Amino acid sequence: MTIDDGVRRLPTQQITTHTDSREILANAARDTERYGLDDYFIVDVDSHHVELDSWPEILEYLESPVLKDTAHQMMRNWPQASHLALHNHPPGLTMQDVSGRIPHQASLAEETPGAASGAERDVTLVRRAMDAMSIDVQVVFPQPMLETGLHPQPQVASALLQAYNRWFTSQILPREPRVKTMLGLPFEDPDACLATVEEFADHPGVIGFLVTSQRHAGVHRNAYMPLYRVLEERGLPIGFHAGPNQADSMTSTMNRFLSAHAMSFVTCNMTHMTNWVINGIPERFPGLKTIWIESGLAWVPFMMQRLDHEYFMRQSDAPLLTRPPSHYIREMYYTSQPMEWTDAALLESTLRAIDAPNQLMYSSDWPHWDFDVPGRIASLPFLDDHAKRNILGETARKVFGL
Amino acid sequence: MTTTLDGSTGAGGTAPAARTYDVGASDEVAERGRLVVTVGHGADAVTVGVFRFRDRLYAYENTCAHQGGPACQGRIVSRVRERLDDERRSLGLVFDDSVMHVVCPWHGFEYDVTTGRHPGRPDYALRPVTVAEEGGRIRVTV
Repeated sequence: MTIDDGVRRLPTQQITTHTDSREILANAARDTERYGLDDYFIVDVDSHHVELDSWPEILEYLESPVLKDTAHQMMRNWPQASHLALHNHPPGLTMQDVSGRIPHQASLAEETPGAASGAERDVTLVRRAMDAMSIDVQVVFPQPMLETGLHPQPQVASALLQAYNRWFTSQILPREPRVKTMLGLPFEDPDACLATVEEFADHPGVIGFLVTSQRHAGVHRNAYMPLYRVLEERGLPIGFHAGPNQADSMTSTMNRFLSAHAMSFVTCNMTHMTNWVINGIPERFPGLKTIWIESGLAWVPFMMQRLDHEYFMRQSDAPLLTRPPSHYIREMYYTSQPMEWTDAALLESTLRAIDAPNQLMYSSDWPHWDFDVPGRIASLPFLDDHAKRNILGETARKVFGL
Repeated sequence: MTTTLDGSTGAGGTAPAARTYDVGASDEVAERGRLVVTVGHGADAVTVGVFRFRDRLYAYENTCAHQGGPACQGRIVSRVRERLDDERRSLGLVFDDSVMHVVCPWHGFEYDVTTGRHPGRPDYALRPVTVAEEGGRIRVTV
């Protein structure tokens, strides 16, 4: 006896780190068909490549001969440092894949025939994910470098960001016009932030700049005002990309990655948003487009209510404001992932509170363990087609001038 | 041996007339093992995961209840539990080998293969598929 006609065994019985992205994401094609996603202009405003895969190539872009020598010596002499030299990769991040349950978080170790460099391989992987999810434009960020705000040596963090930015703009962006990025700012050094904007703002594919927001710098400090002014003048958005931290005073009490991730991916942006609004940055730079990235959405109505409540009683603490904090917050932009979906009524209220049809932009966060496919937006029953089109791509088209 | 939930006849409840497919020999699905196959053609094609646990077969459509990920192609692992002593102090995490989970590789949703249900939210469930084993052959009906 044999198996029947019409029965095909899947070549991949178990998806692992070595499975091709297109096979991992094959089920996303059902959403494309079900919701007609090929008819939508889809912009993914937050996705990632793994810069540590190309780390030796990136370190060659270090400007300082002394620091480059340090990197070379680390890579040569430390057994596990060939793809970590100078980096502050937090050990807790290796808990993200839930002990191998979500393999693509740990590694995309698939074959990329013909890719002669880390950059070529990265572009191949990005294209596979975009095509599998019907994404037209993808904004690509690094991964562990988003922790750079916690680097113990800020000058090293600044040098690494400069090297990475030069590598990305010279090696990744020219290879694929559908890839865009917001480049990380060396936020500990306000002058270096300005220099970064001047060096890269006109580079094709650079559509904004990023505060890797797990850090302890107050975003309202006077030293940053020239940065905000130049971004406003250039019409370039500033994004705050959240990150986890299992070692600060709050999360250090937590014994599970779930706990630290759920909290610290939000509290870092809550902190910055509070300083941003209460110190009247939106009043000082009304044309500066602000984007809050990868903190989900449920925190925003909380912030609106909490800050409004306190502002009405303590107006003298926020004298630059001419309106309640929630009014400014509603005029900011948000990326959608990880969209809290477990209570439809609460999600609908959240989207109404943030004026989602005009302020929300779809993001996948691929290849992270909590990524969202575009079908997540397309399937929401309480949004009309116009709102879905805006969220999936049209708002991003306007914000970034795509 | 047949596995169904809530009297369901398996995948594609509103699909054309059900058809039974021979998908392989019994010894191709080992204890705590699986076989993932696509049956049918075109729009009617359904991908099904067949699992064996304690010598019984269970089958589900390869679509996660969360975002539609390939749940049957994920890691097979025993349910994790936390042991407490008489004073309710934690004794740490242990595998419960009496419960076999399959984990959706997209986002980690875990399902008990004997019920197809998420351990914390039973209404998040894989769609069951009728599976039978007879004469050393495995057949699914979709």
